Amino acid sequence: MTDRMTSTPTRRGAIKTLGAGAAAASLPLWARYAQAQTSAPVKVGFQVHSTGIGAAYGRWYDRTTQAAVAKINAEGGINGRMLEIVAEDDGTDPKRGAEVLEKFANQHGCDVGFGTLFSHVVIGSAPRAGELKLPYFVVSEGHHVASGMLNRYTLQPGITDVKSQVQAMAPYVAKTLGKKVTMIFPDFAFGHDHRDYFTAAMDAQGGEVLAQIAIPPTETSFTKYFPKIPRDTEVLYHVMVGPAVLTFVKELGEFFGPSRPEIFGFIDSLEAVDIASPGLEFLEGTYFWEGNPRYAQADQTEYDKAYRAAVGVDDNGASVSDPKDISTYAHMFGCWETLHVIKAGMEAAGYAGPGDRAALIEAVEAMTEMPHSFEHPQGAKVFNGKTHQVFGHQYISRVEAGRLNVVHKTSIKDTLYSDEVDYTTQSF
Amino acid sequence: MSDLRKSLVLHGGVLVLLFGLQFVLPAYHHGVVARVMVMASYAIGYNVLFGYTGLLSLGHAMFFAAGMYGMGLTVGVLGTAPALAFGVVAGALLAAVVGALALRTAGVAFMIVTLMFAQAGYLTILYFGTYTRGDEGFVIPQAQRVLGAVDLSDPANRYFAALALFALCLMVSLRLVHTSFGRVLIAIRENEERARMLGYNVFARKWAAVVISGTLSAAAGAFYGLLFGYAGASFAGVQYSIFPLLWVLLGGAGTVLGPLVGTLFMFYLIDLSSGVTSAYMLIAGVALVLLTLFAQQGLMGEVRARVWRWLP
Amino acid sequence: MDFGPYLFLATLEGAVGAAVLALTAVGLSLVFGVMRVVNVAHGEFFMLGAVLAWWVATTVGGHPALGFGVALLVAPVLVAGIAAAVDMTVLKRIEYDPERTIVATIGLLYILQQVTLMTYGPDARPVEPPFNARLALPWVEWAEGGLRMYWPWGLSTTSYKLAVIGAAVVVLLGVWALMARTRIGLLMRATQLDREMALAFGIPVERIYALVFGLGAGLAALGAVLVVPIQQAHYLMGADPLLLSFIVVIIGGLGSLPGTVLAAVLIGLSDGIISVFFSPTLAKILATLLVALVLVFRPRGLFGAQAV
Repeated sequence: MTDRMTSTPTRRGAIKTLGAGAAAASLPLWARYAQAQTSAPVKVGFQVHSTGIGAAYGRWYDRTTQAAVAKINAEGGINGRMLEIVAEDDGTDPKRGAEVLEKFANQHGCDVGFGTLFSHVVIGSAPRAGELKLPYFVVSEGHHVASGMLNRYTLQPGITDVKSQVQAMAPYVAKTLGKKVTMIFPDFAFGHDHRDYFTAAMDAQGGEVLAQIAIPPTETSFTKYFPKIPRDTEVLYHVMVGPAVLTFVKELGEFFGPSRPEIFGFIDSLEAVDIASPGLEFLEGTYFWEGNPRYAQADQTEYDKAYRAAVGVDDNGASVSDPKDISTYAHMFGCWETLHVIKAGMEAAGYAGPGDRAALIEAVEAMTEMPHSFEHPQGAKVFNGKTHQVFGHQYISRVEAGRLNVVHKTSIKDTLYSDEVDYTTQSF
Repeated sequence: MSDLRKSLVLHGGVLVLLFGLQFVLPAYHHGVVARVMVMASYAIGYNVLFGYTGLLSLGHAMFFAAGMYGMGLTVGVLGTAPALAFGVVAGALLAAVVGALALRTAGVAFMIVTLMFAQAGYLTILYFGTYTRGDEGFVIPQAQRVLGAVDLSDPANRYFAALALFALCLMVSLRLVHTSFGRVLIAIRENEERARMLGYNVFARKWAAVVISGTLSAAAGAFYGLLFGYAGASFAGVQYSIFPLLWVLLGGAGTVLGPLVGTLFMFYLIDLSSGVTSAYMLIAGVALVLLTLFAQQGLMGEVRARVWRWLP
Repeated sequence: MDFGPYLFLATLEGAVGAAVLALTAVGLSLVFGVMRVVNVAHGEFFMLGAVLAWWVATTVGGHPALGFGVALLVAPVLVAGIAAAVDMTVLKRIEYDPERTIVATIGLLYILQQVTLMTYGPDARPVEPPFNARLALPWVEWAEGGLRMYWPWGLSTTSYKLAVIGAAVVVLLGVWALMARTRIGLLMRATQLDREMALAFGIPVERIYALVFGLGAGLAALGAVLVVPIQQAHYLMGADPLLLSFIVVIIGGLGSLPGTVLAAVLIGLSDGIISVFFSPTLAKILATLLVALVLVFRPRGLFGAQAV
């Protein structure tokens, strides 16, 4: 990725650039694009889950995004142009999500769409992104991109998908925790992905999934399902999401009392939740997948340190201004990294305006290695241009004295699987 | 002019206006109006039952979803036009069965029974996640969104298809109020006992209203999936049963144009206020409360009460 | 787990759900019965109760029992006050028209949710229970030489869950006493039977309405305060209690408080017990259809004398 187009402007230069952008905004549409080449800001349409079930995530996705934009602009923006975020709430709803994308493309004149987390919003919006020819960078961890269901305009270069995450866990679970597993998951697509990929990965490790307990998504009490857990279970695998997870963990503790199997869960259950909440004492000694370690580790890298400081997160994964405000640390790094991928892609493509959108996608498709850096603080990554999906390290942490300590870091190789689609064969 | 003629001129005028708008609207609003026309068709379907027959259903999302999934799950096998028809028929059949059962109740119990059936339908979509992909839903590939030689993912074609659907629903609704069948429905709404004593088979007519209403809703659902390329379980949730009720009440229950006005009003209320503040739900909420206080019969209902007394 | 203990456990869990549901539904039933309006925002009053309980408990601090105790008093009263204010400023002015009340309360639902999101935030937050001992439960089985008692794996509950059941019973008895034994209860029942007649007899119907609306919301809030140490306060938590309360009120027969309580117990228990026999989502589908069919074939509800 080249820096050849980037100058490092002075503060005065930046103000001049912004002023020119404001002047350009008053020009007619056709004239604006001609101007855009030099001065108008690059507009990124940001689909935020500000309301609805995704709101806890949305808030932190927003903070991370703002921090990344501040950093990129302080370093001179993209091709010398400032980065501007146009944020719209999608209510965590697929219909509104599609409408918001239309607004980005047709009303705000955004260069790209970005930032969606919840899978149903991604899948509901992606067809519109393809029709509007708006590059759509999602931060969703869903397998929808790499499964081939979407289109050439939709990419996920900032976070690994659930298929990678799940299969990379199986070796550690089988070798260290136990071979007989019972799975508890929500009875919808996200849970089914866990069920299918983990069961297959355990088989490959010589392990066995004894029972699969699907919980209806509207459920608020769980004890009545626990007797379905077979007694010879060695490892309990859980991946509940939504506001009822605290109840889930608490009731699990009350059910097992002093004698429990090993427990392995996905931190998705407890994103934005304090591990030290009353009732969660039961989690002591259990294991979690983490996309990015919430607690600063003893071997913390300088990149993680700088990234935490930029976003405003303390060493315990909480907001620096309010220690009770816990971040969604395992996922939100995806926003930071994706914005840097957009920057790198635009610079490689010599992006000047919406006319270069196809070139931007080709430039991102051409990416492969993403080294561990301030731009990629979670770790090194490998991007697969054919499937539009990135692959990276995963972390397994153990709850010790009320904090999460990393006990294992998977290799990128553990997360790879064979391609299910080649988007580069689709026309623009 | 006779009232009938005035009504034809007005509604014809609205359709002509919608037809003409596509040439002048900026891209964003062009897309919005297309979507609003599809959702307004859903609201028209709802209005047949609620506005004209006086039956408050809280389960119409199941008909909308029946159309959407009936089309979406078969389009890969049957092809576009047959799948569209399949979706509509699926909705009609579901409405026939649900109607026959639910109409044994009345009032609030009818509301709850329809709500329960819809909830069961929503959970069924999740239960058969292998085919439906549950809450996540699935994309309807562009190749399957071609009706004859018309690519429905193209903005102009999409607008035209949405307009065709809306015009059809509007005409069904307009025709209904001018037939004796429609007048009996209104009579049932006003006084069911009296309608029965006059010798009308009330149950059969209410059942027919449920079927018509469900069929129009299913058609809207099938078109939505086809035009916007997505089918998902959120469209079967209780929220999407409340929406048409809200749109119809806002626009004016028991008016032919009310559903369009209500849908359009609600969309822009949220869209514009979300540009100003992230607390747009607050604005929407306050607006709803104010409307109930100051525009008691909905927007078109107020127009009828104050200006055009002939409005159907 | 063996079948017997499993069924017992599911029944216990169902009973806790039933207890909270009974309180919420009785609140809705009062509003429904006396005022003849559908309050779509009832679930939001439930949510407000839970959120205020968290707020009170955190503000008070100290021993968990202290904060919880204060919340138990303060939250329902605050919610009742808000509801009564809504009744006087909005519902009264639209003359309790059934359809417009639905729109107005949908508007209220949006307002309450958004204000909660803006002040309390999107997180789920727990309130610490005043006491919470895990109680392992015994079971009996036939063994050689007669009955034998043993402690099955996993068969347990907590002292707090049992206390919730107890508290709900006490509150419901209180509501019954209020309705059946006091003058204000008499006025409410008179208004429920015939509004015009009540007016003619000089009953201050408007004030009765505000009182009933506040009382209904307060009961929902009370149910929420009781449940918040088991579940958590979250700004979207109102939807489920709303749906379930509707079902319970209709199944129980409109305006029949004993019917509502019975229906709550029935629905709460069956939710627990059906999950023993079927896969969970299938169980939910079957339970939902069962409710619908009960109404189809008994439109007056199981225990109601009045048509709805």
